[in-house]
Amino acid sequence: MDFLNGLVVLMNFVLIPATAYGAQLALGALGVTLIYGILRFSNFAHGDTMAFGTMITVLVTWWFQSMGISFGPLPTALLALPLGLAATAAMVLLTDRGVYQFYRTQKAKPVILVIVSMGVMFVMNGVVRIIIGVDDQRFSDGERFIFSVREFKAATGLREGMALKTTQGITVITALIVVIALFWFLNKTRSGKSMRAYADNEDLALLSGINPERVVAVTWIIVAALATIAGVLYGLDKSFKPFTYFQLLLPIFASAIVGGLGSPLGAIAGGFVVAYSEVTITYAWKKVLKYWMPESLEPSTLMQLLSTEYKFAVSFMILIIVLLFRPTGLFKGKAY
Amino acid sequence: MDQTRNILYFVAIAALIIITGMVQSWNSALLILNMGLISAVMALGVNLQWGFAGLFNVGVMGFVALGGLAAVLISTDPVSEAWSAGGLPILFALAVGAGIIGATIIAYRRITATRPRFIAMVTILGLGFFLYRALLDPAVQAVEAVNPALQGNLGGLGLPIILAWPVGGLFAAGAAWIIGKAALGLRSDYLAIATLGISEIIIAILKNEDWLARGVKNVIGLDRPVPKEIDLQESAQFIERSSALGLDPVTASALFVKLNYALLFSVVLIILLAMAQLSLKSPWGRMMRAIRDNETAAAAMGKNVTNRHLQIFILGSAICGIAGAMMTTLDGQLTPGSYQPLRFTFLIWVMVIVGGSGNNFGAVLGGFLIWFLWVQVEPISQYLVTVLTAGMAEDNAVRLHMMEGVAYMRLLTMGLVLLLVLRFSPRGLIPEK
Amino acid sequence: MAEPFLIGDAMTGGYGAGPDILHSCTIAVEPGEIAVIVGPNGAGKSTGMKAVFGMLNLREGSVRLDGEDISHLTPQERVVKGMGFVPQTQNIFTSMSVEENLEMGAFIRREDIRETMEQVYDLFPILRDKRHQAAGELSGGQRQQVAVGRALMTKPKVLMLDEPTAGVSPIVMDELFDRIIEVARTGIPILMVEQNARQALEIADRGYVLVQGRNAYTGSGQELLADPEVRKSFLGG
Repeated sequence: MDFLNGLVVLMNFVLIPATAYGAQLALGALGVTLIYGILRFSNFAHGDTMAFGTMITVLVTWWFQSMGISFGPLPTALLALPLGLAATAAMVLLTDRGVYQFYRTQKAKPVILVIVSMGVMFVMNGVVRIIIGVDDQRFSDGERFIFSVREFKAATGLREGMALKTTQGITVITALIVVIALFWFLNKTRSGKSMRAYADNEDLALLSGINPERVVAVTWIIVAALATIAGVLYGLDKSFKPFTYFQLLLPIFASAIVGGLGSPLGAIAGGFVVAYSEVTITYAWKKVLKYWMPESLEPSTLMQLLSTEYKFAVSFMILIIVLLFRPTGLFKGKAY
Repeated sequence: MDQTRNILYFVAIAALIIITGMVQSWNSALLILNMGLISAVMALGVNLQWGFAGLFNVGVMGFVALGGLAAVLISTDPVSEAWSAGGLPILFALAVGAGIIGATIIAYRRITATRPRFIAMVTILGLGFFLYRALLDPAVQAVEAVNPALQGNLGGLGLPIILAWPVGGLFAAGAAWIIGKAALGLRSDYLAIATLGISEIIIAILKNEDWLARGVKNVIGLDRPVPKEIDLQESAQFIERSSALGLDPVTASALFVKLNYALLFSVVLIILLAMAQLSLKSPWGRMMRAIRDNETAAAAMGKNVTNRHLQIFILGSAICGIAGAMMTTLDGQLTPGSYQPLRFTFLIWVMVIVGGSGNNFGAVLGGFLIWFLWVQVEPISQYLVTVLTAGMAEDNAVRLHMMEGVAYMRLLTMGLVLLLVLRFSPRGLIPEK
Repeated sequence: MAEPFLIGDAMTGGYGAGPDILHSCTIAVEPGEIAVIVGPNGAGKSTGMKAVFGMLNLREGSVRLDGEDISHLTPQERVVKGMGFVPQTQNIFTSMSVEENLEMGAFIRREDIRETMEQVYDLFPILRDKRHQAAGELSGGQRQQVAVGRALMTKPKVLMLDEPTAGVSPIVMDELFDRIIEVARTGIPILMVEQNARQALEIADRGYVLVQGRNAYTGSGQELLADPEVRKSFLGG
């Protein structure tokens, strides 16, 4: 029974990756939930918005790298991020003006907007693929590890090692900053409160003199920022491949629904619930159990609940469970 | 007059296909026709769900895949070795799995106090899961070890493949029932996401459970309801007839086979279309549309809206399952890797919306039209790009990039088509009456 | 006769392109007055108020505030001009705190609103206690106070209430009416539609009885209460 070694394995293969992934999902889910709460539809194009934002950032990063600009130990992509943000914000605002606004003024049923967002998704998908192609693109640079497995083993003398990648650290810290900023904005500023009011009661908000177009514009800008940051963090951590962002749609929506559609706090909680579930259920626990169980109870099989192929089956099952038992989610989202 | 205009649309499509035959090849034209027929059936199913009940089903591909699975499970011969190695234990394990879920549901219904109920359900599911795995895993390993290169699966019932078509519908109906029970009665967005999820699950199961249908190793050489080209080419009678028409036996056999398929598919389409039209005009159909137009009023009048929606959802999905079985029959193989969940689903939706949502003939028209576009957009864009970049050098980076980009133009074009139609002509080519 | 502070003069109109609901209906409020609109169900009471607020398609007649013709202004513009409106339902932001509701009420004002907020809390002391609580968690009567307080945050020149005591118990209704009188005492004229005709007329300086979109009886609250015709029709004799 070797608790520490077991713990290290757990942290390295489960806790750290799950936390980073959870932060990425949380940011994605925040974007989805804001659109749902304020614009009142499920935006199927969110995954490809993330891809778009990441793509622009990648291109700018390459450009910076070619000019010799670097950010020291941190990835250059962070420097490129503001430009990616700006471009994505412009793109979503244009899309809103050209596509969604029409249906808003028509007071179309929400399901129509969802179908429209599917059309937007494919157009955006096509654009991204045409510009950057479908292959894996690596764009992270800078220090790879905050501490590597070797350094860890040397420092602690344990048999098992743990590594903390720079990108993982950045993900968690950035997500934290973004979330704090968002909550400050929504709860302490006049603009943010007006958005919450608009989501709460549209007619009364209009009556109070809140400008709906302004609320919509600010919402899209925030969503673009969240999507770009989430996409870039994910891309730095793993790699940028347009197709993966579409695949993230299911876990992101599952996170938002689990937390309660329309509730930012719920989106964050949901993101971590889904991330941790996915990782723990598809992890082969054999190694950890070997360290934690007495010799006689050591497992002989991999002890993997579901194969990694079924990763998103986990999100799906969580989704179904939530829909069956508590459709409004953990934090009681909206019901339109 | 509306009728004439609609007929003209269909004539136009027929003309397009014939032109393709003359300009490109009759083979391609027939291919387009056959896939167009299948797409029309799928569009019919989706239109049923959307036009009658306003349901947004994003998981069409999953139901189609279940149809393909049915084709394999019905028509391939059973692999006796695999069955003796682990067939019965697998079935037993699956039954146990179903029993565990059943026990959980019973616990949910019987125990009313929240705490004990939660504990009971979690325990049943937890222990049950391990039991299920303990039974299933060794059996699966045994089956997959049997001749993995060629088989490694259980095989099927060895029945004629045409039986798979209705069975495919049944499989799809079953899956639709499960999803419908969970996700209907909630917001339309929830159904959309739930259906997206189920289709991903179904396709993942197909890709990974080799014992079922060989997973990504694919099942090839499926039985056919029509003669094989090889057999035709060797038949003296056929050679005689084809030379009389001025065709060589190989081409002629290919065309003949495809024409046969076209005939079969058309029969299915006509039957389904007739049924759809009849139900549209029936009191049941009117009630469904009344519910769609004003759910609150309908509910207030005592109509169980959710149950009605479930009916429609199951029916529409079953139709997609039938189409899936047809498609796999046409391909002659099951390739789970080729099922791209959203892309094809999206295409069907474009078909329904462009054709005319809520109108059965519109859905069929949309099926043919959009499939035609989908196939022809690539060669057309290629042609366009060639023309546009005619002035550039062969290895010009921009030109190369654009040529590569052509492959992705299809989706972009379809996306634009959908957006344009939804904005400027939302009722489609043949609107609902 | 001196021009009333707020007057909807000979209003005729309906919703959108629909038929006329109001027929030459006149409703007026004098400064510092409580004017009440009562009448049977479907009489057009709420419609009359909505017409004054600009939510109706006025085909004839006009609306004037403090001498200025505002018939062509949208409701939001009328809020800026000094009209405060409390809808009958969905009149608060349920997910936001009481204090945030008041802040949103004053959205169009850019200057410091703390003084006004204190005045509202003075008028509705219970709200001060619950200022950080989500408005949706309050009782029916308290929610109505939040709704009225929200409308008062713009320091309106006239306050319009659409059935403020709808769905509230009698005790709470009494308390609400007390609060409304307090508000009137601060000098703001109040126009109110009410289902509870008797209690409303008791506190009214002026009453308008509408029947089928027309003025049926007009007079002071006490006059109407004493009028045998009015009593027979809806006060139960």
